[in-house]
Amino acid sequence: MKPLQRKLLRELLRLKGQMLAVAAVVACGISVFVSMSNVQYSLEASRARYYSRFRFADVFMQVKRAPEFYLESVSRIPGVASVNSRIVADVTLDVPGLDEPATGRLVSIPEYRTPVLNDLFIKSGRYIEPGKPEEVVVSKPFLEANKLTPGDRISAVINGRKKDLLIVGMGLSPEYIYEVQPGAFFPDKRRFGIIWMSRRALESAFDMSGAFNDLSLTLAHGVSEKDVIMQLDNLFSRYGSLGAYGRSEQLSDRFIADEIKQVGIQITFLPAVFLAVAVFLLNIVLRRLVATQRDQIAVLKAVGYSNEDVGLHYLGFAMIPTAVGSVVGTLLGAWLGKGLMNMYADFYNFAELVYTFRFENVALSVLLSFAAAFFGALGAVRKAVILPPAEAMRPDSPVLYKPGFLDSEAFRKKMPVSVRIIVRNLERRPWKAALSVLMISLAVAILIAGRYTYDSLDRMVQVEFTEKHREDVTLIFNDPKPPSVSYNLASLSGVLELEYYREEPVVMRFGHRFRRQSIKGMQSARGLQRLVDKNGHHFDLPSDGIMLTSALATILGVKPGDKLQIEFLQGRQLHRELLVSGTIDEFLGLSAYMNLNQLNHLAGDGGVVNAAYLRIDKSKAGELYTTFKKMPGVAGIMMLKALQESFEDLISKSMTTSTLILTSFACVLAFAVVYNGARISLSERARELSSLRVLGMSQSEISFILLGEQALLTLCAIPVGFMIGIALCALLARALSSELYRLPLVFSAFNFLFAIAVILIVSAVSGLVIKKRLAGLDLVEVLKTRE
Amino acid sequence: MNAFKLQKGALMLDNPSGKGNPQPVLRISNLSKIYMMGEVRVDALKHVSLDFYSGELAVLLGASGSGKSTLINIIGGLDLPSSGNLFFHGREITAATEAELTLYRRRSIGFVFQFYNLISSLSALENVQLVTEIAENPMPAEEALNLVGLSHRLNHFPAQLSGGEQQRVAIARAVAKRPELLLCDEPTGALDFQTGKLVLDVIEKVNRELGTTTLIITHNASIAGMADRVVRLRSGEVSEDRRNPTRLSPSELVW
Repeated sequence: MKPLQRKLLRELLRLKGQMLAVAAVVACGISVFVSMSNVQYSLEASRARYYSRFRFADVFMQVKRAPEFYLESVSRIPGVASVNSRIVADVTLDVPGLDEPATGRLVSIPEYRTPVLNDLFIKSGRYIEPGKPEEVVVSKPFLEANKLTPGDRISAVINGRKKDLLIVGMGLSPEYIYEVQPGAFFPDKRRFGIIWMSRRALESAFDMSGAFNDLSLTLAHGVSEKDVIMQLDNLFSRYGSLGAYGRSEQLSDRFIADEIKQVGIQITFLPAVFLAVAVFLLNIVLRRLVATQRDQIAVLKAVGYSNEDVGLHYLGFAMIPTAVGSVVGTLLGAWLGKGLMNMYADFYNFAELVYTFRFENVALSVLLSFAAAFFGALGAVRKAVILPPAEAMRPDSPVLYKPGFLDSEAFRKKMPVSVRIIVRNLERRPWKAALSVLMISLAVAILIAGRYTYDSLDRMVQVEFTEKHREDVTLIFNDPKPPSVSYNLASLSGVLELEYYREEPVVMRFGHRFRRQSIKGMQSARGLQRLVDKNGHHFDLPSDGIMLTSALATILGVKPGDKLQIEFLQGRQLHRELLVSGTIDEFLGLSAYMNLNQLNHLAGDGGVVNAAYLRIDKSKAGELYTTFKKMPGVAGIMMLKALQESFEDLISKSMTTSTLILTSFACVLAFAVVYNGARISLSERARELSSLRVLGMSQSEISFILLGEQALLTLCAIPVGFMIGIALCALLARALSSELYRLPLVFSAFNFLFAIAVILIVSAVSGLVIKKRLAGLDLVEVLKTRE
Repeated sequence: MNAFKLQKGALMLDNPSGKGNPQPVLRISNLSKIYMMGEVRVDALKHVSLDFYSGELAVLLGASGSGKSTLINIIGGLDLPSSGNLFFHGREITAATEAELTLYRRRSIGFVFQFYNLISSLSALENVQLVTEIAENPMPAEEALNLVGLSHRLNHFPAQLSGGEQQRVAIARAVAKRPELLLCDEPTGALDFQTGKLVLDVIEKVNRELGTTTLIITHNASIAGMADRVVRLRSGEVSEDRRNPTRLSPSELVW
């Protein structure tokens, strides 16, 4: 090894604390980038593989009932590659071990072969056998959540009759990677499952022989999805079609697409923060190093080393910790990515979720880190390069102190010398102080952002489950029913309050924009379901016209006062014009609300209802559940409390992990900045502090001067960090918002207190480490050596 | 690039004692240096002209601020004059590019500093290797350390060596490349009398045995006795330039 390389290695070892801090920050950034980009790639690749292997359809459509021979016309639409018709129906389930009724989605599959499209992956057990109508394949999450296995039985109320079903297989389908009951948004694995059943059995049970109510098809390469959808809509409008839609509107795919997008946002934002801090740290560490080694630089140049040799030597001080950080970060990222993928396997039901470690991602992140390190080192290296050797022989000229704006007579009189030294030091290099504050505040911001999702989901749960919905049970009917159905329900013992609503599919048009959407006709907005916006403000139902969620209004480009064209898709299929009376900013999905009576009037029928909200007497819940389990005409039952619990459980599991990761990363960041700041201060001022010791100051007095400066910076960083954190969360909320949900910008006091506590603890720890070094200061030696 | 090397042959014809018609190794002509210290203008050198000949051992005497360090920095290619010229074997150093200056220092100049300026993270041997690594025809680093009497301290780090030992390492580092010009800036300035004499002994030995043209700058007039030639600087000007009839051995010096 060459002498200069030895010098580099030995001095890196001497500066190991500071260099490790730099390496740790780089490692954090790289690990986030590597893990997240691998996760993103793996999710995308797994999805693509899953879709193609199990022939996931491109276009979907639900109709009320259409004759099977229409498939012929569908396959003649130019660009349609293959078509598959099915019977799909939601039914009430009685699951062994579950008091409440559950909802099952029955999906027909052929008896003799596997489905042409949306095929099943049989995880365990087997496919159904021909001639055995009671055999079913059930989705894996539902079976696992209810601790059922192939061989067990469940019963379902199919078209009013209770039917025993034998589970023969555990299956998964690309159609239900995110398995959620329609209208629920959050998965409740115990109470909602997919049941694949023989087409013949479903035909006879629902009286659908020679007919279907669900259509899926794939498109030939390069075909316009929009054109095919338009032709499908024309073809099926008289069969009660709710309109065809592409993959991007398929619920499960949309959730995954959103998730992949979110991962993408994290890939860009977090590593950028870490790299910025690494740049800063390398900058201050190397500047100090070059300043203390002026004489050595002079010698190297005097004995004939070229400027490039010297520059490369000091660049090494940036590159080696970056290399170490890159290696550690890559390993950590690979491990984290694997863990994250396991977490995703809990949320999303892939046939196989393969974690792919891509070297392209590693290469890119390492390249970026080295670029950042180079950038960080540039200033110092440049200084070493341009330093004329003769000047380097002489000690650096003393820094010019001038009376600062705090040097008023009053300040001088009131403040002890130690405080004045601290203030002057900060005043003298305001940019360095400001940058230190900024870097520490980034750690605070990451802490805030880490807990922000927690707070915003908490608010969402609070508004959705407590303020907006006050019912205990929602019964969804399989067909529109006359309002008189409510008398039967209300008469059940244990039903305390009842409210019904109508959900009517329509196409809304405004100018050239249009959207398939359902209108919710409500009895009142003061009863069981209320209209509450993100901020908890209550709204009244419009007496005339329709109220849209802000997101929907934005999509349609309408504002209150505009007239919206409404095309009913069912019943008499009337076209109407409707006033937009207001907008409401909600968390979830897209909705349109109006008065039930007005909706009934507009639809031009006698008035029907699709579902009922019930508030029930808890002591009679058991009896009621038994009744619901047998009740005919019910397509789905949602239990609000159960949904809330399952959601909270899901969140707490995933959030604990990500909060833990972000908190540790923020700690690394804060420690690295505070520790390096103090170390550099110590190196710059060892002589000064020793002189003060020689002059009679105590150990704790000089500690106060050194650490007081860092403490002051940290304290300043806290409010700045709050502001950056809030801005960051606002950006995150905006970036993560989709049609499915919008995160509210809310912060709990705990979030801020937690951030303060973490930063103070981390600063205290680094302070203690420095204080130990301060105690080891050799007074005589320090004063003897030439600065 | 090879200009400095090509002219090395000429050196052998030169006469160390200055007799006959010698070509100077170093020709300093009308050199001035002005620099600003804060808001103060300092005339460090004023129209200095001097020639140095091969194998000469010259002592540049002067008080603090007389301009001697500035002069030696310019001679060593560490600094550039404000005006005037400097020729090394007829080649103008003052017109050299940065890269040429680096080569000039690497091949022709050996530096010894008052504060040794050893790299603290490198051992004695490694400090010398720092130079032998990049020099063209160096002596082995061990031989250089043997020359200064430190063959038993090869693997000691600067912090483990006394001041005199450190300065001897610095001399070994300077001579290991077999420089044509050895520039010593207050080599005994940080040393006590006995140790200082020991260090001067080594410098004298190098000059005698290797024939290296040697310039020692010092404020200590007693050292002048060991030189072939004594140049005195005052306020940036040459105030005296004389030859000693005989060179004293450093052990005979007293201060």
